[in-house]
Amino acid sequence: MKNEVILEVENLVKHFPLEEGIFSRHHKKVHAVNGISFQLHQGETLGLVGESGCGKSTAGRTIIRLYEPTSGIVKYQGKNILSYNAKEMLAVRRDIQMIFQDPYASLNPRMTVGDIIGEALDIHHLARGQKRTDRIYELLETVGLNPEHANRFPHEFSGGQRQRIGIARSLSVNPKLIICDEPISALDVSIQAQIVNMLEELQEKLGLTYLFIAHDLSMVKHISHRIAVMYLGRIVELTDSFTLYEKPLHPYTQALLSAIPIPDPDIEAARQRQVLKGNVPSPIDPPSGCYFRTRCPKAQEVCALSTPELIEQGNNHWVACHCI
Amino acid sequence: MSISVESFSPLQQGLKAEGINRPSTTLWQDAWRRFRKNPLAMGGLTVLALIILFALFGPFFSQFDYKTNNLMATNQYPNWIHPFGTDELGRDILTRSMFGARISLLIGFGSVAINLTIGIFYGGISGYKGSWLDNFMQRIVDIIFSIPDLLYVILLMVTFGPGLRNIFIVLGLVNWVPMARIVRGQILTLREQEFVLAARTLGADTKRILIKHLLPNSIGQIIIVAALQIPAAIFMEAFLSFIGLGVQAPMVSLGSMASDGRMNIPSYPYSLIFPAAMIALLMLAFNFVGDGLRDAFDPKMRK
Repeated sequence: MKNEVILEVENLVKHFPLEEGIFSRHHKKVHAVNGISFQLHQGETLGLVGESGCGKSTAGRTIIRLYEPTSGIVKYQGKNILSYNAKEMLAVRRDIQMIFQDPYASLNPRMTVGDIIGEALDIHHLARGQKRTDRIYELLETVGLNPEHANRFPHEFSGGQRQRIGIARSLSVNPKLIICDEPISALDVSIQAQIVNMLEELQEKLGLTYLFIAHDLSMVKHISHRIAVMYLGRIVELTDSFTLYEKPLHPYTQALLSAIPIPDPDIEAARQRQVLKGNVPSPIDPPSGCYFRTRCPKAQEVCALSTPELIEQGNNHWVACHCI
Repeated sequence: MSISVESFSPLQQGLKAEGINRPSTTLWQDAWRRFRKNPLAMGGLTVLALIILFALFGPFFSQFDYKTNNLMATNQYPNWIHPFGTDELGRDILTRSMFGARISLLIGFGSVAINLTIGIFYGGISGYKGSWLDNFMQRIVDIIFSIPDLLYVILLMVTFGPGLRNIFIVLGLVNWVPMARIVRGQILTLREQEFVLAARTLGADTKRILIKHLLPNSIGQIIIVAALQIPAAIFMEAFLSFIGLGVQAPMVSLGSMASDGRMNIPSYPYSLIFPAAMIALLMLAFNFVGDGLRDAFDPKMRK
């Protein structure tokens, strides 16, 4: 693994205002992402996991500026892309691409597969005429689809095939970094494996860097070099995937890992599960201090008073917890 | 029971497992297939086609025109020379109906073309840009919407004065409002779809997203609204002509013919019946076609 940092996120915050009316002056907001920081190295896969509604997708979308962040810095190759204007951003969009979660919603039903994949070629003036057609065929073959299907419409394909089309679309601009926004969670298990293996092959062949957003821990373990665990818009633990699964330090990570089923009924019956009490607090009105304290088995007084920083606990193992 | 291994053989290699055999169908083909199965809609379409032929080509086969008086043949009941009879100035009502239907169709299609242009533009920008601009644009729409159409139309017609051109302008000014609302609603739901996010990630600008992604996906709804606005516009014109604010003599429309005929109901009822029947037929045909289009483009909306 090369150590060159390709993407650096510093204190990224994204709040969504609620009920924005003419007369209402009270500004409630959804605290979707509350200051996350991480680095992404060239050629690695960073898994971003957490339960539904913890801000993983929002984080991904904010990094690529589909949402304008409330505050924070996103540095791509050393430059803050959040200050870029539309024209400068267009150049960045050739390098950072995204794969979406829902293969049924992420393809325009009124466009042929060829036009869907070729759209970026038109936007960035990369290829025209015969060259464009050739490039589309090449991309279809790269993701294991039949080039004859270029004139078909998305509804004629299965979920797995559609996800491949989505991947071909993101590859069309030769990106360096791909944000995978739960690319496999809408697919069934056998197809998941196909897509994940294909993503790994593509990474090797094209030298891609992935930010892999998911909630399926076993799949993330398989594909990621490092994993960041999110809870209510904050990263609570960040380390390499081996360490995270063997020696999780944060109580939330420990609870998450204990929830993974083990495919052996004897072990499964014998082991003690760590079950969290209660529900995730509302992101509209998050608790003070450590967001996890309301459900944490180890919570102390200090947890309500101050927010724990993400601190290195030896060898690139970062944890945000007062009780370690 | 045991099954021997020999009874299995490997699948022939190189078969195209991912092949698609079903012929590719577009939105239009699907819609047409559903439309064809709807007898009311097909009936409406047939009647509509006949009326259009009647209005466009009928006058070429008629020996009369719509404005020349013939005082030797006033107020004739329907007969072989004048199948629909003649009015008090001896003009052939059949020929006048053809010209009247022409005006009605022109108004119907023309005013919808105008409100499509304004409605799509306005609704598209309002829906896609969102936030305060959307809020502002929608409040304008609300204000226009809150005034009864009829009052608004009559007021504008009185201000602009009667005439064909002014009917176009006034109907265009009124009817774009529901169109803009529909377009905005469609765009609001579509713009958060992942394929739009994907296009933005690829670097598509607003114009491209609207034209390539949002509008093509709203086209079904737009056609449905447009198809149901045509008869409304035709009726509005007939109504304006009926109360004397529409097309002016010697130009003729179905509404002004009905208005002329109204005076003579006791003695010459046919002079009202034929134009009124034409209006009714047009309205029915357009409404059936409109309903058929709605079912064809959006099967879920049926019932």
